[in-house]
Amino acid sequence: MSMQSNIARNKPGKIALRVLVTALLLGLTLMMIIPFLWMLSSSFKLQKDVMSVPIDWIPDYFYPDNYLKVLHIGTTGKDYHFFLAYWNSIKIAATCTVTSMLTASMAGYAFAKIRFRGSNILFLLYLSQMMIPTQVTLIPRFILFSQLNLVNTHLPLLLPSLVSITATFLMRQAFVSVPNELRESAKLDGAGEFRIYAQIMVPIIKPTIGALATIQFMNSWNDYLDPLVFISNWRLNTLPLALNQFVGEEVTQYNLTTAACCLTVIPVLLIFLFGQKFFVKGLMTGAVKG
Amino acid sequence: MSRKITNQRREDILGYSFLLPSLIGMLIFSMLPLLATMYISLTDWNYLKGLGNWNFIAFRNFKDLWNDTWFTASLKNTFFYTIGTVPVALVISLGISILIESFCRSSFANGIRIALYMPQICNIVATATVWKMMFSSYGPFTNLLRSLGWTNVPRMLTSYDWALPAVMLVAIWQALGYRVFIYSAALQGLPSDLYEAASIDGANGWQRLIHITVPQLRPTTFFLTITSIIGSFKVFGLVNIMTEGGPGASTYTLVYYIYKAAFSFNKMGYASAIAMVLFVIMLVFTVIRWTSNKRTEEE
Repeated sequence: MSMQSNIARNKPGKIALRVLVTALLLGLTLMMIIPFLWMLSSSFKLQKDVMSVPIDWIPDYFYPDNYLKVLHIGTTGKDYHFFLAYWNSIKIAATCTVTSMLTASMAGYAFAKIRFRGSNILFLLYLSQMMIPTQVTLIPRFILFSQLNLVNTHLPLLLPSLVSITATFLMRQAFVSVPNELRESAKLDGAGEFRIYAQIMVPIIKPTIGALATIQFMNSWNDYLDPLVFISNWRLNTLPLALNQFVGEEVTQYNLTTAACCLTVIPVLLIFLFGQKFFVKGLMTGAVKG
Repeated sequence: MSRKITNQRREDILGYSFLLPSLIGMLIFSMLPLLATMYISLTDWNYLKGLGNWNFIAFRNFKDLWNDTWFTASLKNTFFYTIGTVPVALVISLGISILIESFCRSSFANGIRIALYMPQICNIVATATVWKMMFSSYGPFTNLLRSLGWTNVPRMLTSYDWALPAVMLVAIWQALGYRVFIYSAALQGLPSDLYEAASIDGANGWQRLIHITVPQLRPTTFFLTITSIIGSFKVFGLVNIMTEGGPGASTYTLVYYIYKAAFSFNKMGYASAIAMVLFVIMLVFTVIRWTSNKRTEEE
C-alpha cells in the first residue's frame, strides 16, 4: 500500500499510466490462462473443429458427449475408470495428509518442548534429510517395496508420508513460540504429556497445521513420478496416471483429450477458488525460510 | 538428585515415543535409501539379475558416465534448462508483482495472482498435455506464430533445436504464479518510511525502484533463486509427457535419465550413479541456502 500511495496516487495526471498498466496486466493474465480457455472450449467441440483457424472460442454448438465418452457413460469405447481414479487420488492424498500432519506435529512437539537426550543431534539429522530429493532415493524405495511384494499396492505412496521433514521443521518452529508455562501448569494439574500435546498445544498451532496440510494435500494429489513407478494396475490408478494412460492411447482425439484434462482440472480449480485464502496462507508458510 | 534422574528418564521416554513414527519413516524412506543409492552406484547391478547379484566395481559407473553422450546431454540440458528458466521467471514475476502492487486495487491484484497461479494447481499431466497439443503442427500456438509472420514454423516438440526451449517456455509459464505470490507478499512488507524519505529527497519512481525496492527484496530473490534452481534440477513430468526426452537426447534431463536407466533399461547401478550426481548438485545448492540463511539471521 505504501508504494501505491507513493508511485501512483501522488499526481492525478498519472491516471493514464494506471489505465495503461491495468490493460497490460489484463492482457498478460489473459495470455496466461489461454491454454485453459482453449482446453475448455475444445472439450465441447467435435474432433474436426478443434483445430479450425481462427479458433471458435465459443463454439456454435455444444457437444457434451465428449465428457460422456471419457467417463464411459452410455458408450462402448474403452473405459479408463476416471471415477475410480478420482476416488483413489482422494483416498491417497487424504491419508497422506492426515498421517504426515500427525507424525510431523508429534515430532515437532518433541523437538520443541520435550528435553530428551540426543534431541539436538537428531534434529540436525532431520535437517540434513532436507537436502535429499525423493528422486535420489527412488531406486532403493522401489527395491524395498518390490521385495516386500508391495509394488502395485497403494502402500508405496502412503508409507513415505510417515515422515515429512519440512513440515516437522515448521511445526517445531510453531511449537517453540508457544510459552512453556502452558505445559508446566497443565502438568501440575495432572495432565499427561499426550493430553497436553493434543488438547492444549495442537489447537494453538492450528493455523500452521492447516496451511501445511494444504500443501501436503496438493503435493500428494499432483504427485506423478512415484505413482508412475509403483503402479501399473488400472484399479489402483491415481488421477494423473489415469489421465496419462488416456492421453497415451487417445492422443489423436483432441476433443476427448481436452475433455479428460478438464475433468481432472476443473474440480481442483473450483476448490482452489473457494479456499484461496487458505491456500495462499499455506504457500507463505512454506516459503518462510523453510 | 535421584528425582532429577527419573525426571530426565521420563523426558527421554516421552521424547522418543513422540518422535518414533516419524523417526522410523525418516530412517526407512530417506536415510537408508540414500546410503543404499550410494552403495548401488558402486556396483554393476542389473535389476533382472535379482537382488544381491552384483559386482562391486568402485567408481567405474562414474567414469562411464562422462563417456556416455546421453548422460552428458542430460547434464547439459538440465543446466541449460535451469539457466534459461530460473532468471527469466524471476524477472517476469518481479515485474508483474511490482506493477500489481503499485497500480492495482487489492481485489484486482488478487484476481491476477490467482489467474497466474492456476497452472500450478492443475496436475502436470493435464497442463503438459494441453501444451503438447498447442505445439502440434496445427495447434493454436503454432498457428499464432504463423500469423505473426513466421512462415515455416517447425514442429517444436520434434525439432532438435526447439524441443527444449518449448519445454522451458511451459516451465516459465507454470512458475510465475508462485513467484508473484511470494514477491507480492514481500513488497507489501516493505517499510514505507524508506519511500517517504526518498520522495522528500526528490527521487522519481524509477529511482525508487532501482535503489530501494530491488535491494530491499534481495533476501526474497535469493530464497526464490535457490529454491527454483533446486526445483528445476528435478524436472521430470514436463519432459516425460511432452517429449519423452526426444528427439534423440535433446530433452533428456537428469531425473528423466535416472527413470529411463532404472525402469526401462534395468541398469540400477548406473541409474544410481546418475542419482548420486544429482544428489551432489542438490547438496551444493542446499548448503549455499543454509549458510546464507544463517548469515542473514546473524545480521
